Amino acid sequence: MSTTTSTQGGSTTRGTTTTEVAGRRFVQARPPRRGMVLTVLAWFVGILFFFPVLWMVLVSFRAETDAASNPPVLLAPISLEGYRTFFAAGPWPPLLNSMTASVVSTILVIALAFPAAYALSIRPVKKWTDVLFFFLSTKMLPIVAGILPIYLFAQATNLLDNIWLLIILYTSMNMPIAVWMLQSFLAEVPVEMLEAAQVDGAGLLTTLRQVVAPVVMPGIASAALICFIFSWNELLLARVLTSTVASTAPVFLTGFVTSQGLFLAKVCAASFVVSLPVLAAGFAAQDKLVQGLSMGAVK
Amino acid sequence: MSSSTSTSRVGRLGKPGTNPEQGRSGAVAPPPSRQPRSSSWQRRIPLLPALIFVIVMTQLPFLGTIVISFMNWNAYYPDERGFAGFSNFARVFTDVNARSAVFVTIVITVATVLVSLLLGLAIALLLDRKFRGQGIVRTMMIAPFLVVPVAAALLWKHALYNPEYGLFNGLLTLVLGEDAPQPDWVGTMPLPALVAALVWQWTPFMMLILLAGLQSRPLDVVEAARIDGASEFRIFTSMTLPHLRQYIELSTLLGTIYVVQNFDHVFTITAGATGTANLPYFIYQTFYTAQDYGRASAAGVVTVVGTLVIAMFALRTAFAIFKEEGR
Repeated sequence: MSTTTSTQGGSTTRGTTTTEVAGRRFVQARPPRRGMVLTVLAWFVGILFFFPVLWMVLVSFRAETDAASNPPVLLAPISLEGYRTFFAAGPWPPLLNSMTASVVSTILVIALAFPAAYALSIRPVKKWTDVLFFFLSTKMLPIVAGILPIYLFAQATNLLDNIWLLIILYTSMNMPIAVWMLQSFLAEVPVEMLEAAQVDGAGLLTTLRQVVAPVVMPGIASAALICFIFSWNELLLARVLTSTVASTAPVFLTGFVTSQGLFLAKVCAASFVVSLPVLAAGFAAQDKLVQGLSMGAVK
Repeated sequence: MSSSTSTSRVGRLGKPGTNPEQGRSGAVAPPPSRQPRSSSWQRRIPLLPALIFVIVMTQLPFLGTIVISFMNWNAYYPDERGFAGFSNFARVFTDVNARSAVFVTIVITVATVLVSLLLGLAIALLLDRKFRGQGIVRTMMIAPFLVVPVAAALLWKHALYNPEYGLFNGLLTLVLGEDAPQPDWVGTMPLPALVAALVWQWTPFMMLILLAGLQSRPLDVVEAARIDGASEFRIFTSMTLPHLRQYIELSTLLGTIYVVQNFDHVFTITAGATGTANLPYFIYQTFYTAQDYGRASAAGVVTVVGTLVIAMFALRTAFAIFKEEGR
């Protein structure tokens, strides 16, 4: 909503040239002026979408009194107040829990999904498309519809507030995505390589490890990236199933905000720190991100 | 075995630089059907750990939910636990809040997916040309999707929407002066506020998939059409859009799967207040706060049945998407 209004605002600031040219957008074959306008527009939209993130970072480095200024100022004196408050609140155990849950579940997902993808592509089982679509259909089952029995089971077996419970659940949550992605990557492994391995008498595990894995490494990396991000972001399961010991960074974040006094800088600092691993991983591997988001459909 | 690679290609979307006409992705041939028993078990073994794991973790809890939905079970009254018949379902269907939750879920999902898709398409078209700083703009566009959803929701609620010192009202003051209106965004328009925050996060998602689709267009054909005098508009409607169709369907499908389950934004921005509780939040509240296990489960079953109806259409579409390329 806000975005659309501001887009319009943007084109008016550039005045008549924009509208005049935009009127014949599709008519003329690439006049240089139109190219300029489109470039400016692209930059404007990019900055518009990026600005809230930038604003979060800017505000996080302000003193609370500066952070709450109205009208806003773009640059204010740098202060680490927000970060000091955040790190004094004990965020390390939840951050470590998030890291453990995300990394371990991602490793488990890949370890299980990789052989499964092999059995759905290279040496396919009968009805392998049905199996593939079964995996996809489980993603459509809302997590919230199964959360109560999981909660009761965990309560009965003393698994509440245990990070392993989250690890197992995140593994099952991300398994369909990983199976889909890896299946599409494995389907592209040249058949000659597999035949050669077979002739050499390599067993399944050896073939997977030494022949298939190196070829589909980019696919594995994409799947791992997306599984990591989704586990790191998860809130509902962690909120219901953990309390003090095993709580994760998103849960910590929801409990961190007390609307007493000024708190904008520390909220922004906390949000930024918690998002940092995902931002870093996503920026570093943009192409992998696209592959992962489309479940391997786009390579 | 020899045909395995071409067999197993479920016809994924066109890859960059691949002309579908060249038949690079072969048709979906049936896998070799008559195999000796031992061989077919050998094939199944690598699949079984993942498959069994997913079945146990996703289907068993749901069976539990079905059982509990027929029980009178509130953790606050442990002595009254027993069989309840369909009374939980009756309560769900007559409950105003439950019906509102269904409505809100549909509104949030449709609005978010639709707006993100249209914005994503427009921005993908903008970024699908060579210009100075293309990479930087793309990177900036991705950023919203990489903010942890809870953090993004907090950012919007406090740093942007806050009526006193949020950025939106701050900008209003900046532009209109001291007397500028200072609306309470979340208070007066909770649903649009939620949708706007969600659109901000999901537009990059749509844009990324659609941009990848645009970049996989066979450019020589577009160039030929251009030389033949086809207008840009004509090229867009009769070449680009048909090519993009499957990418649009894919991003809609995936976006819907995630947005329909959204909990983080509702929980953080409005806490379900003023008619913004969607089904995930409603069930969470019934189970976690009200401790009414029976009713929460009945609502869960209703959600799943509803989802299944939509999912059947969605799956059929997905099936068509992934098969079509196999032509």
